[in-house]
Amino acid sequence: MAYVAVKGGEAAIAASIELLTLSRSGGAGRVEPDTLTARMRQLLDRVMCESGLYAPEYAALALKQSEGSPEEAVFLMRAYRSTLPRSHTSRVIDCRDMRLARRISSAFKDIPSGQMLGASFDYTHRLLDFGLADEREEELASARTRIIAGADQTAAEPDMRAGRVSDLLKAEGIIKPSPPDDAEPDDITRDKLILPASRSARLQTLFRADTGFVCGVAYAGLRGYGFSAHPTIGELRAGYVEVEIPYPSDGNESIVLGEIMFTEVEAFVSSHTSSRDEEFDELGAEIGYGLAFGKAETKAIAMSILDCALNHPGDAPPNDEEFVLLHGEGLEMSGFISHLKLPHYVTFQSKLDNVRATRRGGNHKEKETGNDGAE
Amino acid sequence: MTARNKYNFAFLDEGSKREIRRAILKAIAIPGCQIPFGSRELPIGRGWGTGGIQITLSIIGPDDVLKVIDQGSDDSVNAVSIKKFVNTCTGAKLTTDSEEATIIQTRHRIPEEKLREGQTLVLQVPNPEPLRFVERSLINARKLHADMDYSAAWLALYEQITLYDKITLGADYPVMTDGRYVMAPSPIPRYDTMALDDADCLYLFGAGREKMIYAVPPHTSVKPLDFEDYPFAVEYVKGRRCRVCGAEGVFFDEIFDSGTGERYFQCSDSGFCKKNADRANGERGVSVAADSEG
Repeated sequence: MAYVAVKGGEAAIAASIELLTLSRSGGAGRVEPDTLTARMRQLLDRVMCESGLYAPEYAALALKQSEGSPEEAVFLMRAYRSTLPRSHTSRVIDCRDMRLARRISSAFKDIPSGQMLGASFDYTHRLLDFGLADEREEELASARTRIIAGADQTAAEPDMRAGRVSDLLKAEGIIKPSPPDDAEPDDITRDKLILPASRSARLQTLFRADTGFVCGVAYAGLRGYGFSAHPTIGELRAGYVEVEIPYPSDGNESIVLGEIMFTEVEAFVSSHTSSRDEEFDELGAEIGYGLAFGKAETKAIAMSILDCALNHPGDAPPNDEEFVLLHGEGLEMSGFISHLKLPHYVTFQSKLDNVRATRRGGNHKEKETGNDGAE
Repeated sequence: MTARNKYNFAFLDEGSKREIRRAILKAIAIPGCQIPFGSRELPIGRGWGTGGIQITLSIIGPDDVLKVIDQGSDDSVNAVSIKKFVNTCTGAKLTTDSEEATIIQTRHRIPEEKLREGQTLVLQVPNPEPLRFVERSLINARKLHADMDYSAAWLALYEQITLYDKITLGADYPVMTDGRYVMAPSPIPRYDTMALDDADCLYLFGAGREKMIYAVPPHTSVKPLDFEDYPFAVEYVKGRRCRVCGAEGVFFDEIFDSGTGERYFQCSDSGFCKKNADRANGERGVSVAADSEG
């Protein structure tokens, strides 16, 4: 008889693992991690962001190993991350110092230092480009040369940096500046997330959360589940920031480790503060904050919506901290869902025992001692 | 495999293992109380035993002997996978014999053979919160534990009696530990629950996804929640007999023969069954592997 109680599984498991190699070996093309790093950058960005590990080369390797499954690649990256000791903590990164690649505002037409569209799919028509099927590498290279040459003549500030739009509203008193907080942030990778969560733990959790989950719950909020203010994107910026660590022997000096790319969003929603002294409540604005590795605009915006929503606790999913923070963790959701594939013989047997006992009728004492209802 | 050379002993970095051991010590000091810990990601899926694995990785040494079972079976896919992983990164010796093992990691079963002093049973826990079935919110559940307010749990049991004339909880039957904390014993069958009470061995519970560790130290009182007139009852095992080793009065897997449509029983604890069968066959002078039926 086949497959009883999954005994003797070892040989079958070994064969299953071997089939994976067969599965990713089809076709003639080689997948070079370098190609993925250069040409599949947004896929890498997603994997790195959900992994909480900025390592493009490893993300590319993980994608190669996982046949391009982001879910599986994130899993590989996270597991690798667990083996690494924490040797340094970076200095605080201020995205005002970002070397900008893109910066837009939906709140003001004219913002200091201006808007900058950068590279974006937003303004394209999503027409499948059949020409790419036999695109020649030389064509692409010459287009690249031409675009770079053209840009050199028109670019006003090649290394553009800019203050935040929200700084203006803070100066005007419309947005209350949050008091400076130099407390050590929580670290959800080292400690269990304790609820109610600190803002640092909330933002870290949303940063690493599954993109689809964050966007879906934020969308539910926008459509009116719970706190449903329509936010205005005060500013969305993407670009490169330097990561610095304190110099080991002299804490005043810093070493620059390198640059990483972020997308940062500040969403404005109107707020009101009820005041006892004044006759009327005061209207103002508050900020929802979103941040993601690389180019991840929808996720960063969705995160800013949820950050706002969680400031207004309520029963609707987007306002329910436990709902939002505990169910978007990619490894946890995929792990627990997939564990249903494991045998549940013992637990099901225990459940069945109850079902059979309640069906037998009679009082509970007879049920416990009666026959087992096999008939 | 070259994993042992590339990764630290027992996979996790030393700092992480030390943190987990601290949580374990705290858990032992407060029996049944859930201690939060910074659960790390492992190369094995969350929900596939990562809480248990992290405990095992943190307490195991090169001289330990490890047994891993999944729902009683040594050969189940996930037990094999976990065993192989721990062995690869520690070199610890593996066994299927409950008596030989110093650490037994298990999913949803306690071995039939009584464990002795010095042995540690590491249970994998999917849901460490015993009040989840009456209180969805973790924050509220924590308050209920702090106040020792278990009225909702008792009421839920009473409701079941009014509906079904029976407490209908299956596996993972809530217990009162050390007279203080209501605790989820992990989805062990009710048959196994009493093995937790006044045991000689140490029980450690690890929930990787929910990031909690708790413990039942040796000789701790563990009592299932029940009523005088509706006492706790284990699963029905009477009159059943293992068709491989002939054992009676143990916990069984129920198996259907697809050919004949016949239903029969086999020990859920595969290590115990094999030993029992070997002993019986030895007396008869034959040697047949217990799982050759599979």
